Amino acid sequence: MSEYNKMPLLMDLSRKDKFGVSLSDIDVPLSELPESSLLREDIQLPELSQLDVVRYFTNLSQMNYSIDTQFYPLGSCTMKYNPKINDQLASLKGFSNIHPLIEESLVQGSLELMFNLQSYLSNISGMTATSLSTMAGAQGELAGVLMIKAFHEKQSTSSKRNVILIPDSAHGTNPASASMAGFSVKSIPSDQNGNMDIDVLKENANENLAGIMLTLPSTLGLFDNQIVDICNIVHEAGGLVYGDGANMNAWMGQTKLGDLGFDVIHINLHKTFSTPHGGGGPGSGPVCVNDTLLNYLPGPVVQRNSNVYEFVEMPDTIGHLGAFHGNFGVLVRAYCYIRALGKEGIPEVSKNAVMNANYIMNKLKHAYDIGFDNRSICMHEVVFTARKQKQNGVKGLDIAKRLLDYGYHAPTMYFPLIVDEALMVEPTESESKNTLDKFIDAMLQIADECENNSELLHEAPHNTPVQRLDEALAARQPNLKWSTK
Amino acid sequence: MSQNEIRYSKEHEWVKSTEQGLFLVGVTEFAQEQMGDVVYVEMDDVGTSCNQFTKVGEIESVKAVSDLYTPIGGEIVEVNEELINNPELVNNDPLNGGWMLKIKVSDIQEINNLMTEEEYKNYIQQL
Repeated sequence: MSEYNKMPLLMDLSRKDKFGVSLSDIDVPLSELPESSLLREDIQLPELSQLDVVRYFTNLSQMNYSIDTQFYPLGSCTMKYNPKINDQLASLKGFSNIHPLIEESLVQGSLELMFNLQSYLSNISGMTATSLSTMAGAQGELAGVLMIKAFHEKQSTSSKRNVILIPDSAHGTNPASASMAGFSVKSIPSDQNGNMDIDVLKENANENLAGIMLTLPSTLGLFDNQIVDICNIVHEAGGLVYGDGANMNAWMGQTKLGDLGFDVIHINLHKTFSTPHGGGGPGSGPVCVNDTLLNYLPGPVVQRNSNVYEFVEMPDTIGHLGAFHGNFGVLVRAYCYIRALGKEGIPEVSKNAVMNANYIMNKLKHAYDIGFDNRSICMHEVVFTARKQKQNGVKGLDIAKRLLDYGYHAPTMYFPLIVDEALMVEPTESESKNTLDKFIDAMLQIADECENNSELLHEAPHNTPVQRLDEALAARQPNLKWSTK
Repeated sequence: MSQNEIRYSKEHEWVKSTEQGLFLVGVTEFAQEQMGDVVYVEMDDVGTSCNQFTKVGEIESVKAVSDLYTPIGGEIVEVNEELINNPELVNNDPLNGGWMLKIKVSDIQEINNLMTEEEYKNYIQQL
């Protein structure tokens, strides 16, 4: 795109004395202006006509890249396609206008929805009970480890179980949550298959072990087939097993973490169950527990007493982690999503998500190395490494930037940290073969460019409104204020 | 260990002796290349005591935040203030201008837990 097509800023469009509103006649008595020290003339505000403003924001909105316009290889991690009807249902006045302090008897329908959602999530995860009150994934994690802590303290007042084990492939929020709960964190390395190094786990399975935090499948998009052994080793040492539900899109309806030995998991309703959340919210991270942790659930929990629904607190509850009852609008969306898909539809989601990722992996594995190339099957996401391209001086970052030229959002890059030059692609269940084929073609062309025209990649992107940004300079010397040149 | 000889840790930090009992610590060329452009370095305060291989700071790059582990135990007697305004020194000159900590070493024998230059070269070959 040429300089000509670059979008001017509002300040650049501004011309002195232009204006976009006409004020109505004054119908109150005139009064004096406040004293001049309270009035600032040094603040530069743009002066624009109404049409300037309409065009500016309309053009800006058309530059937006979203799941509604193009393929988004970041997947459910950032946002998968969420049926629009669930937004409409959550906006129904009967849901959206409820005051959080309204008497329970007047909102029995909404409480019933929450009660049913609790049991659906318990059922899908293979757990005994669920609390919907936690408002994000990281808060669900914190609730999970706080329950583990409360459990050990109740078992023995002199408990010295203060270590949480976390694999080195984990999301950064896991060690952060464990630290916030007052635990010390020990990292467990991965073996050459991307699985947990079980010998290191055994070495640390002792009287100091409070529990382990695991993501299944791991952030490498791999299913650790030692999972039952891992749970057994931790349990035999007296610890508990926490599951991070970030990658639930890979297993819902196929297996139940409760059956595998997990004691507590959190579910990201905003990732897996139909809430648009790209850009930071709203989220919802319900926690599901087995019998061991049932009494520790954060409040409030909805129970049915004969035919009346009511909020209750569990006997050993860790308390409330936020105001009121969680992000109710997200709960409505999740409820509608589960009801619409049903028992037959939920397993189809994970099946298609896994199939799509494997299709991409198999089509691209000759052009790009796989992070753990001795694994023939991935789950809902595939981690490539630009190891081969690096020999031609091309980095993962360059490939990601070049994808923008082909009209695609870049995939997750440089995560998981244990894969050199990582590029992680999660297509999700909702993309067609046709869409995936076009993306694969673009990736193959880029692989070809890496060998024959690597300069093109170093300078990419070429077709976007702004070219390669200097991220390091922006972080080292941030310039956050508009000024005339 | 002779003057100017460098030893390396598995976590890609280096240590070299300067004056009597004082050692400089930084990260290796391999480490800076892996991290990418460094944008911020935070180090523990002068006067802090640290054990070998424990965390003494954080390095933030455009890719990720990494922990800095000291390859040798002792007391931090100086930190490289230059890095606060010029973190790019870690990328441009990791072995000299990009040094991070000066440590008064408590047990010189700990040096034996570290790799020589040749051993470290072999180590990163295998990664």
